[in-house]
Amino acid sequence: MPAGKRTRALSEPPAVRRLLIGAALVFLGFFLFVPLLLVFVKAFAAGAAAYWAAIREPMATAAIRLTLLTAAIAVPMNLLFGLAAAWAVSKFRFRGKNLLVTLIDLPFAVSPVVSGMIYVLLFGAHGVLGPWLAAHDVKIIFAVPGIVLATMFVTSPLVARELIPIMQAQGNDEEEAALTLGASGWKIFRRVSLPKIRWGLLYGVVLCNARAMGEFGAVSVVSGHIRGLTTTLPLHVEILYNEYQFAAAFAVASLLTLLALVTLALKSLIEWRTR
Amino acid sequence: MRAAGSRFRGGSVMPGFGLSLGFTLLYLALIILIPLSTVVLKTFDLTWGRFWETVSAPRALAAYRLSLGASCLGAAINAGFGLLVAWVLERYEFAGRRVVDALVDLPFALPTAVAGIALASIYAGNGWIGRWLEPLGIKVAYQPLGVVVALTFIGLPFVVRTVQPVLRDLDPEVEAAAASLGASRWQTFRKVMLPELMPAVATGFVLAFARALGEYGSVIFIAGNMPLRSEITPLLIMIKLEQYDYAGATAIALVFLLVSFALLFVINLLAWRRSRRMAAAEMGT
Repeated sequence: MPAGKRTRALSEPPAVRRLLIGAALVFLGFFLFVPLLLVFVKAFAAGAAAYWAAIREPMATAAIRLTLLTAAIAVPMNLLFGLAAAWAVSKFRFRGKNLLVTLIDLPFAVSPVVSGMIYVLLFGAHGVLGPWLAAHDVKIIFAVPGIVLATMFVTSPLVARELIPIMQAQGNDEEEAALTLGASGWKIFRRVSLPKIRWGLLYGVVLCNARAMGEFGAVSVVSGHIRGLTTTLPLHVEILYNEYQFAAAFAVASLLTLLALVTLALKSLIEWRTR
Repeated sequence: MRAAGSRFRGGSVMPGFGLSLGFTLLYLALIILIPLSTVVLKTFDLTWGRFWETVSAPRALAAYRLSLGASCLGAAINAGFGLLVAWVLERYEFAGRRVVDALVDLPFALPTAVAGIALASIYAGNGWIGRWLEPLGIKVAYQPLGVVVALTFIGLPFVVRTVQPVLRDLDPEVEAAAASLGASRWQTFRKVMLPELMPAVATGFVLAFARALGEYGSVIFIAGNMPLRSEITPLLIMIKLEQYDYAGATAIALVFLLVSFALLFVINLLAWRRSRRMAAAEMGT
């Protein structure tokens, strides 16, 4: 609400207003704007040629490929999970529903390091299934499947959490009308429910994708840091940074930062579309 | 026939109860619950004495203290400044307000490793901000204070995003009534508006605290990671894993998980109480 429309008793003096805006912007500057600016300044500190070289060297392109592969598996799986969970929670009454919703949120309460650790305990060499996997020559930990599983765990609530409140608020009237007209369950889902939730669904997928591509702690535990084979983009950034290759580290980091900015832009666009 | 059958199974005429709930439960079991249960399972490898020794070792106690303290401090900073940012974004018009509003969510979208190296570079002794703080005797990076900075960043959106909708829905007539009764603007804020906003601030605080507690990526680059001094609990778990001390790592993780689940319970309780308050308020009007 613009301040100009308010009467004097209902707003603050201009000096106070300027002070509050200034204080808020300084706080956000220290924690948001300056870090954001720094990533791009440091990325180009060694020049544009070095920037391109850092992004196009074989280890970087391998990391980009692995990151895209991980997201390409984890995001659709969590999309299916989110749709099924939201459908079950919003369309039916059953005992233990609140417990189910809490369980869906559970990964948010687990530290990323613990999220990775549990897969090591399950599939690692000394894990519960370790001997069996070794006997059958299946590698999950320190290999791509472990990275995908840890990413799925960390990002599993994101789509469900977007969809559940939307579908609960919308109610079932239109679906029930379609049902009485003789539409099948799949047809109702595709033609009635899906169009109603498309913006929330899109935002859930976009956010899930950003988190899947950027996950660090959980992936760090299960990856083993085998360069060119099990290093995703965030892990590649870590390796470069620890080797004091700062310009290269920030060049790769700038790709992930761009992804974050695109995610936020899409979010604003979706909010604007649904307003 | 099908509709009648599903009426008993889900209390609804809608189809797909078995399929959707079945897939949800299967996915939850395979991806989340069975893997998580290994934490409890693996802890049984330890005797009670060894378990207690591991989780109460001086290095572990120092890590809990730092994790809890820095998370609490970061969440408190966010409670204060989050309220300020939410107020400024909702009540004032200024150039770039929409962009600033969108950027508040950056900590949700930016990979934590990127945030970590950026914050470490900025707050190091020769960094953009660190070089101005060091002459004042304030060292941030590679100190416990660096942990607070990283955890403040990670929890930044929570209070802003919980307070904004409440601020938007505040009835302007209540403010007008307070003003017409002779209350100053500050009195109206403190006595009338702040009590309405506090539940949202509290929810945001707990969410930010819970998120900060488990955070790893953004902290390890800026913390310095000295045992007993600037080593957070998730890093201690990581170090034990790298030394193949799985039982030790699990014991500390179990303690940590119990604290996190207690927080999750508090969050759900706060949300439930807020929704009840809101429902009661709607019935009153």
